[in-house]
Amino acid sequence: MKDFGFAIEKPRALDLDKADRNLYVRLLKREPSFARCFQCGMCSATCSARNFTDYNIRRIHTLMRQGQTQELDAMLQKCMLCGKCTLVCPRGVNLRHLIIQMRKLLNNE
Amino acid sequence: MHKINLIPYNSFVLPFIVGSVIMLIICLWKYIKWIKMFSPEQRSVLRKNWLSWKIFPAVWEMIREGLLHFRIFRRNVVLGIMHQAYAFGWFLLIVVGAMESMTAVRSLNQDNNARFAMELVENGEWFAYSNDDASSVELLKEQPDNVKLHYKRPLHLAIFYRYFVHSTPPQFKNAHVYSHLMDGLLLYVFLGLTLAIVKMLYSRIMGMRSTTKHTIIDRFSKFALWMIFPLRFLAESVTASLYGNGGFCTMAVAGLFDPVIVKGMELSLWTFYSVVLAIFFVTLPFTRYMHIFTELLLIYFRRIGMTETEHKTGYSMFQLNACSRCGICIDGCPLNSIPGHKVQAVYLIRAIRMQDRASVIRTMTSDCLMCGQCAIACPVQIDITALRKIQRNKGVIDTKGNYSYLQSMRSPFNAVGRVAYFGGCMSHLTPGIVSSMEKIFNAAGVKYWHMDKEAGICCGRPLSQQGFFNQASELREKNSELIKQSEATMLVTSCPICYQSFVKEYNLDIPVVHHTEFIDNLISEGKLRVNRSQLRTAYHDPCELGRGMGVYDPPRRVLAAVSMPQKVKMERENSICCGFNLGNTVLGLGDQTKVRNAAVKNLTQSGAETIVTACPMCKKAFLHNNRQSVRDIAEIVADNII
Repeated sequence: MKDFGFAIEKPRALDLDKADRNLYVRLLKREPSFARCFQCGMCSATCSARNFTDYNIRRIHTLMRQGQTQELDAMLQKCMLCGKCTLVCPRGVNLRHLIIQMRKLLNNE
Repeated sequence: MHKINLIPYNSFVLPFIVGSVIMLIICLWKYIKWIKMFSPEQRSVLRKNWLSWKIFPAVWEMIREGLLHFRIFRRNVVLGIMHQAYAFGWFLLIVVGAMESMTAVRSLNQDNNARFAMELVENGEWFAYSNDDASSVELLKEQPDNVKLHYKRPLHLAIFYRYFVHSTPPQFKNAHVYSHLMDGLLLYVFLGLTLAIVKMLYSRIMGMRSTTKHTIIDRFSKFALWMIFPLRFLAESVTASLYGNGGFCTMAVAGLFDPVIVKGMELSLWTFYSVVLAIFFVTLPFTRYMHIFTELLLIYFRRIGMTETEHKTGYSMFQLNACSRCGICIDGCPLNSIPGHKVQAVYLIRAIRMQDRASVIRTMTSDCLMCGQCAIACPVQIDITALRKIQRNKGVIDTKGNYSYLQSMRSPFNAVGRVAYFGGCMSHLTPGIVSSMEKIFNAAGVKYWHMDKEAGICCGRPLSQQGFFNQASELREKNSELIKQSEATMLVTSCPICYQSFVKEYNLDIPVVHHTEFIDNLISEGKLRVNRSQLRTAYHDPCELGRGMGVYDPPRRVLAAVSMPQKVKMERENSICCGFNLGNTVLGLGDQTKVRNAAVKNLTQSGAETIVTACPMCKKAFLHNNRQSVRDIAEIVADNII
């Protein structure tokens, strides 16, 4: 099938009451400004890596909050750390530090 | 003929001897350990160059910076005098003292005067011994004409000369010259001591707003150092009042003493002097004073071509220990004025050296804008940025093969022979810079290829600054491949971060210039003709362009050609960072803004209408302020093209 850049995902159900938010809470401690994020998606819109591949910080945020952390590290590795996201963030979230800390947490550091 | 050896000794020299031996052993042990830690590249540099012509400039720099301290003089004259008086003065005291004792011993040996030897043995605490069975002292007394005297010159004779030689040896011709000279040198050191005390009380007159907060052991060692020379002076004065063997200064003070009263103090003063020396020597390898010897070795290694790698090596150890914790780096640090950021180079180096808690070091390491102010200010020229990067090494999370998604990227066929233009990631947020550059290229008739028009690969410097060395090199490889493929003739970049990366971290075979240099060339070659507008501008030196790459004049020439540049107070290498430098990941928006405001204040004080910078990052930072007009140098030029 032709790849149009979007597709229909399989239906799935997620019990958010049972989500493991441990990592998310620890992350908030390391980078408190993350709590200010209102998921506007400016970061993803301006992202350098996003120009080339499927890399979406907003999506990563959602997955993090839902505790679906299995594939996060592989996703985060695509980041080039150029810092445009941090500059455009209207809420002043320190995204570069956030990404580094996420990778550290996901690697048990 | 009986051969008689004479050696000066009193038990008070023991602390000095033991102390200096301990110091030498510890220092040697440390140096050998660090040399063993050299990386393979550093080893090969050492093997290749250890005796090349490069040691001549190295020796000159050792004299210039280890003794005369030109760099501190350039920073502040009074500060320079202070350190030179202490370091060079002490050095001369040792050298002249050694010459004095050497000359004295030589003349004593030539003189072969048994009566004087007897005098020394009786008053000066010299010990006579001979290999013959007979008692040496009796031989001296009974057969004064039948002895061959052999005076020994142990290490401590030069240090305690006045105690052991009370009256001038008969044939020692220039004795008084030496004693006056030694007094003069002691006064020279006192000048340094006085200035050091003044600096402790009021450092501003030496151009230092803030000074280092030292640890207990550093203070203790400094106190010992400060006590050495006053005690030496007192001891020599007391001895001079008893025997009249001082120079102009010690004799003057000796006149104030009553010989009968001070007689009992003589030995204890000399003992204190020796003990204080010993304390200083023993603590030296563990305190800031380790810089005394290490700096010389660092200069040597640096001059023969050694550099830092991405890991902690022996060279890093020499760099860490060459830091004298003078605190000159503190004032320039843009984070210094913000409370809660005790992260300056001096504190980081101390924390690494003293092996502070890992969390403390980690915070200090990441909380730095990497603006390079400290590296410029450092009188020892420690490569602090490299040390910080090593410390930031991300280890396991610095993975390989992250950017496989870039593999399909290819250069277009029509780039051949053109000038490649790399705006940099940040230029995507400042489209004004990019469109101005396009206008300039077109006006000057330069055929260009816009490398990152749609999508650009980061240069890798933001990653390498944060210690992701593998990831950064992957991006560098890809960019190099693209540039090579394109067969472009030149690379022009608008972002100083990329510029520094392309020049220092890449290995490109085409010239790389920043757009300010490029425009400067176009104007001077007459390819681009511009108007001079009446706009009053203030130029902000971006950290990466100025301190990083030393590009100060081309942007100023360009700006003078198109506007009326105003004089800015802190400019060139003293320029204040915009606060948004990518070097710092932990600084919050609030503190970034404080640094930015300091920079803006400095620029607007000049009476300029517009702040002009040459870095998209700085432009964006200043724009965040929303108060004044901020433009890139390319935009001003583009507006004034005829």
